[in-house]
Amino acid sequence: MNDIWRMIGQRLLLGVLTLFIISVVIFGATELLPGDLARELLGQSATEETLAAMREQLGLNDPAPLRYWNWLTGVLQGDFGMSMATKKPISELVGVRLGNTLFLAFYAAALAVPVSLLLGVLAALWRNSIFDRASNAMALTAISFPEFFVAYILILWLAQSGLFPSMVRITGATSMGELLYMAFLPALTLTLVVTAHMMRMTRAAIINLLASPYIEMARLKGMSPVRVVLRHAVPNALAPIVNVVALNLAYLITGVVVVEVVFVYPGLGQLMIDAVSNRDIAVVQAIALIFAAAYVLLNLIADVLSTITNPRLMHRR
Amino acid sequence: MTVLLSVLGGLGLFFLIGSAARAGLHAAAPSRHKPTFRDMPLTASFGLAVILFYVVLACLAPVIAPYGESEVVGAQYLPWAAPHYLGTDKLGRDMLTRLIYGARNTVGIAFATTALAFVVGSVLGIWAALMGGRLDQWLSRFVDALMAIPALIFSLLLLTIFGTSVMTLILVIAAVDATRVYRLARSVAQGIVVMDYIEAARLRGEGMWRLIRREILPNAMAPLAAEFGLRFCFVFLAISALSFLGLGIKPPTADWGSMVRENATLITFGDITPLLPAGAIALLTVAVNFVVDWQLHRASGLKE
Amino acid sequence: MTKNLTGQDGMTRRGLLKGGMAVTAAGLILPAGATMARAEPKKGGILRIGFNSGSTVDNYDPGVWDTNFVQVFAQARHNYLTEIAADGSLVGEVAESWEASADATTWTLKIRQGITFHSGGTVTAEDVIASINYHRGPDSTSAAKPIVDPIVEMKSDGPNTVIVTLSGGNADFPYLMSDYHLPIMPAKDGKIDPTSPDGCGPYKVDSFEPGISASLSRHPGYWKSDRAHFDGLLLLALPDPVARQNALLTGEVDVINQLDLTTVSMMARNSSIRVLSVTGNQHFCFPMDTRVAPFNDNNVRLALKHALDRQEMVDKILYGYGAVGNDNPIGPTQQYHADDLPVNSYDPDKARFHLGQAGLTSLDVSLWVAEAGFTGATDSGALYAERAAAAGINITVERAPNDGYWSNVWMAKPWCASYWGGRATCDWMFSTAYASGAPWNESYWENERFNTLLLQGRSELDDTRRGEIYHEMQAIVSNEGGTVIPMFASFVMGVSNAVATPDVVGANWDLDGFRCVERWWFA
Repeated sequence: MNDIWRMIGQRLLLGVLTLFIISVVIFGATELLPGDLARELLGQSATEETLAAMREQLGLNDPAPLRYWNWLTGVLQGDFGMSMATKKPISELVGVRLGNTLFLAFYAAALAVPVSLLLGVLAALWRNSIFDRASNAMALTAISFPEFFVAYILILWLAQSGLFPSMVRITGATSMGELLYMAFLPALTLTLVVTAHMMRMTRAAIINLLASPYIEMARLKGMSPVRVVLRHAVPNALAPIVNVVALNLAYLITGVVVVEVVFVYPGLGQLMIDAVSNRDIAVVQAIALIFAAAYVLLNLIADVLSTITNPRLMHRR
Repeated sequence: MTVLLSVLGGLGLFFLIGSAARAGLHAAAPSRHKPTFRDMPLTASFGLAVILFYVVLACLAPVIAPYGESEVVGAQYLPWAAPHYLGTDKLGRDMLTRLIYGARNTVGIAFATTALAFVVGSVLGIWAALMGGRLDQWLSRFVDALMAIPALIFSLLLLTIFGTSVMTLILVIAAVDATRVYRLARSVAQGIVVMDYIEAARLRGEGMWRLIRREILPNAMAPLAAEFGLRFCFVFLAISALSFLGLGIKPPTADWGSMVRENATLITFGDITPLLPAGAIALLTVAVNFVVDWQLHRASGLKE
Repeated sequence: MTKNLTGQDGMTRRGLLKGGMAVTAAGLILPAGATMARAEPKKGGILRIGFNSGSTVDNYDPGVWDTNFVQVFAQARHNYLTEIAADGSLVGEVAESWEASADATTWTLKIRQGITFHSGGTVTAEDVIASINYHRGPDSTSAAKPIVDPIVEMKSDGPNTVIVTLSGGNADFPYLMSDYHLPIMPAKDGKIDPTSPDGCGPYKVDSFEPGISASLSRHPGYWKSDRAHFDGLLLLALPDPVARQNALLTGEVDVINQLDLTTVSMMARNSSIRVLSVTGNQHFCFPMDTRVAPFNDNNVRLALKHALDRQEMVDKILYGYGAVGNDNPIGPTQQYHADDLPVNSYDPDKARFHLGQAGLTSLDVSLWVAEAGFTGATDSGALYAERAAAAGINITVERAPNDGYWSNVWMAKPWCASYWGGRATCDWMFSTAYASGAPWNESYWENERFNTLLLQGRSELDDTRRGEIYHEMQAIVSNEGGTVIPMFASFVMGVSNAVATPDVVGANWDLDGFRCVERWWFA
């Protein structure tokens, strides 16, 4: 068990390194984008004079490495800086939206993960049956529609009849029950989007093991197919399953901007797109780091779980 | 009632196409391979037939399509009637023609992208798992860093910097996809490299390339193939999502992803126009994955 | 459904300037108010508007407003020196009256007494000067800087009089003061606070979450008694067209702007809403860089002007919600619009002829488009290319990203898509986008005769003479200008039947000249 703790410690340190790499990559990429904050704020109305004045005021004339250094030293002291476009502290901009994003991600995951694991296991168990084919074809059809299209179809069926609201309005007075009701359509959209991937990987990982000698053995012993799959195949198939679940959870946190736009859900994705298009680097960086941290943590959990299920991974040269 | 009828009709068509394709393939195959096709499930033969159909469409698009790719032939949104069997789009271009050319552009791009992503991603992933140690750590940290940036935003950044030609589109989406493939390949390979036969192969002095290609890849094939089937259709979605941000394939090139985007708003009023390109994508996705499933099943060695 | 195609002739507008006289605004507000009502407007209710725009970087700084969410939000909490009424005439708001010197270089503005800010205090000359000064000077970061640049000096003459000196005569000066960037805000030590929501407009801000929503409630001390009928406002950012339409159809909002034209006919079948369409000055265009080949040859420009089917674009891009443009930015609803100019119609033979005049048999050009340029720009490009092919002109449509379009493509690539919301006067439009050396002269067009006429027209106070000058200028732009203007696009809004709108709806900007919050009411 100590080995696992050591691995976690190591990975957390490496995670910090990952965050550092990301901050450099994102800063560099944003710098490489044509145009700058002053340009984007003034938009079509920019003139050379006003641009020059605004760049001066925003401190955009400093060389890029210096600005990066200033940002980095600020972050190391726990200060993520100000959004230059809105002149507000980052924490104020990001705080509430982070909560919203996490809520939606967990809501969708709570729907999607059990359903897809169950479907995956059942499909593996009853492989090549009508159930397998039908659930497979349906999941594939759902996944091959773009997210906004799935959302529109759900709006057509479930929102226009007045069953569920198509807009999420979160105010201070919104109760948990109301929130679950209002956010149902976005969560359902995301569920449809991620289910197929997880379900198919579960099925494939289990089926991949079914030809292994130890499964043959179990079968020859006369064990029931259900028991073979649940007792013998699933534990060994956990590594790839956990990985694909982690990947999809990360996606639910970081990649849902389209769903946010359609359902007017105030999450981080929209904030990030706005910040990128305005070249508001401090905000881009802060959100990129949040996304990255979520991603690193989920992967760490996935790796720890894979290692626990396959102790051989611990003892490598 | 109409729903029931169309489901029944769809099922009927599925069996018809599936059986016909199986019979056809069985007859056409060289005798050595005949058993393969005789035993194939209907889903797989249906999938093969659909893929074959798409390939023919893609190759012969200019011959089959009744009009030019970007030719404006009449008023917008004409109803489904001869000579425009699927009506016209918002600019008055023949919908059927656009769909046929869409097969050519979209499938070509998607295939090139996915193939590139898989070659790069799986080779690097397996290599990292095999080498372990510092190389694995560095490569994985780097890929993790890239993956931790949301794909849509990463593509947006790259495409804005490098421009939006078809070539850069393929490279950018492949680069983003390759990180996902890398991750999967590495985790699958990690389970394999600790096995005894790899140890044995190493002791035999097998080279790195041979280890990857001959020893690990065949055993990692199943999850990778399953992933391939999905990644392939994700490319359509990526193009569609990028056109949501104004970065898709440049007009007037027909591609299904952008066609869904262009017509998507119609669906909320119950107009089914956007279902045509979306359905074309879905049909291909289902078909490809049916074939992948069949191959998976054959590879697993299960007899039932 | 009722479809109001409201036009306006702006007949009364120019009367203001006859003899350089100022007209008291009090007399003008009445007619504007009188057009409103068959029934007397009712007070009350919360008006909820869904906007196609709204970004997390929206803020209170008047120098950077450029989307209709912030623009309407601004008009809801601020007043301006002048206002362009729904019928296109100019009325006083914070400025009660104004008077020009004979050469139109010195303007004396009388500030209306008894207007109060939300925070207390009354509006004085000092507030007015500080509010305008915010946009002036070398440190200004305001998008309105070019508008106020000609102001040489502003000084007060008592608490209720402001005297403005311009660098050259400008008969349109009071019009410029209605620009949405120039609200009157409270001054402290001669400066306004650009981060404060405080204003003297009809509603005061209760909460504002950028990119999501803003809610406002009626300013009890508002000075206009026949305006601002709602108890409060809720402004919502709904950028996705489907989300926006759905919000209106399910009754979650009362008004939305920028209907998705693809589905507007299906939407109009719903009996609880109506489609409001107003043809104004907003136009879509394709400016060419006239400094570089091949666009430096007017024959090539003429060939391109004859190589597109304008009516088809109006039908297929605007779904009929607009009017054909004749490469002339002065719209059909404006007073000085020249409707007798030769029409640049789709004629491949003529296009070929002009190509021949340029010594060419065929032409290969690239056209850069993005939806950021205008909604439908990508499709317009495709249509343009398709029609131009018949004239031997090969247009390659280059799709640029929306992101950074205005910095990297517009005025950077030789030919691209662009749009103008339109300006209230000929002079304003021409000197913004066609005058030599103007910062937004998007076609880099230089025409000596045009520039001379522009200066003459600006300080010309005689109406007939002015009409002649603007007629000639429009002829020059249409025939020699570097901008292809295929269409004027209407503002198309969806309005719940619960909301009453006046007979005449402002055409200068979207949502009744951004003033729906003040001019509309619940039936």
